[in-house]
Amino acid sequence: MTHSSGVNGGHLDPPRLALAGLRGALAGPFDLTLARGECVAISGPSGAGKSLLLRMIADLDPNQGEVALDGRPRASFSAPDWRRHVLYCPAESGWWAQGVAAHVPPARRHAWAALAERLGLDPALLDGPVARLSTGERQRLALSRALLADPAVLLADEPTGPLDPENTARVEALLAERLAAGMALLLVTHDTAQATRLSARRLRLEAGRFVAP
Amino acid sequence: MKPILLTWPDLALASLLLLADGGLSIWLQLGLHRRLGVAAARMVAQLIAVGLVLRVVFAVANPAITLAWVLTMVALAAREVAARPEQRLGRWGNLSVGASAVAFATFLTAILALTTAIRPHPWYDPRYAVPLSGMILGNVLNAASLALDALLAGASAGRAAIEAQLCLGASFRQAMRPYVRDAVRRALLPIVNTMSAAGVVTLPGIMTGQILAGMDPLEAAKYQILLIFLLAGGSGLAAVSVSLLAAHRLTDSRQRLRLDRLTARRG
Repeated sequence: MTHSSGVNGGHLDPPRLALAGLRGALAGPFDLTLARGECVAISGPSGAGKSLLLRMIADLDPNQGEVALDGRPRASFSAPDWRRHVLYCPAESGWWAQGVAAHVPPARRHAWAALAERLGLDPALLDGPVARLSTGERQRLALSRALLADPAVLLADEPTGPLDPENTARVEALLAERLAAGMALLLVTHDTAQATRLSARRLRLEAGRFVAP
Repeated sequence: MKPILLTWPDLALASLLLLADGGLSIWLQLGLHRRLGVAAARMVAQLIAVGLVLRVVFAVANPAITLAWVLTMVALAAREVAARPEQRLGRWGNLSVGASAVAFATFLTAILALTTAIRPHPWYDPRYAVPLSGMILGNVLNAASLALDALLAGASAGRAAIEAQLCLGASFRQAMRPYVRDAVRRALLPIVNTMSAAGVVTLPGIMTGQILAGMDPLEAAKYQILLIFLLAGGSGLAAVSVSLLAAHRLTDSRQRLRLDRLTARRG
């Protein structure tokens, strides 16, 4: 784990993720800071702009405002570098090859299988085609693929949406472990109990703005 | 060998065949005779007009007029490339992508042929430059519109897959590579088919024309081979340039996928 320096919450540390006046055509402005190892859970009605917020932070949609990772402004990162560190995992996972295994470099294959196994998935799924995966399997494989990149900030859009309680618990355990190691987590979830289990600060989003929860 | 020149009565006699088609349409109630007549009249008028204009263009042999003629053909082809795809790039994107790719591929291929293989004097002699550019344009147009359609359709259908790669830190170029490849591949299939069928299934038009004009069949075949090479080269250039230009239009300085710049045809 590369982000575990153990200086959690020090006054002099810049926040892990800081947004100032982040806005797009349809949502914002947003101001928000996340400390190392902090989890923020966002809820709100559909169409409120939750996914738009995560997409703007990952720089997938045009946006204005200041975003910084560990005090370093986003503009000083190349776009691919920024997205690797501040990783957006959408609610609907995307797959660009037919075989599951083709979605990570061969060298990371074993690490991926190990992570997938922790999420209750049969490692043999990696040998098959994407078309044969269920929605829940895709979701967990996409999440483990994202965590494999060891991001500093994970922007997770309903990561346990299609999952049963047992698999939800597995996902939460893995996320909690990464939080303990210093990753910051911005989570879109409708499940208030999940926010509590991850000791998340809760925010509510309505019509493109944060409102009092 | 002098070509056998046709007289107007020759054509009038051949037009009896068209009248026979019209009779067939009336007899079998195909409802085609009106459209047959209009289409035939258009064809005759268009070809005679082009023949008369080209006669002047060839006689004047002025490089500026030749260039203007070729540029007009390029513009018409670019409009065709822009209009065919189901998806449109905003701000005249289809037209500017189509025009750049068509002009680039056509001029490069035509100038290469005129200065190295065919070598008329001067190299821009309209008698060679105009028909050659026209033939190349026809194929370049097909390749460019197939590639543009495939690329835009691929990118808009593949949004989740492209963005999944961007999210994991891939560059836009990496994420688009399969779509660019697919677009170029599809654009090149027709010329591959043309080459496989040439001489076996079909006797290509230029070769037929040269033979009718009195040329030795082997010499006509050599001419045809050169032209098909040119068409293949032009198609490849057009397919690659249209795909890369269109992909470039779909991204911005932060390597996002900008599908907001695409609109589907007719709402």
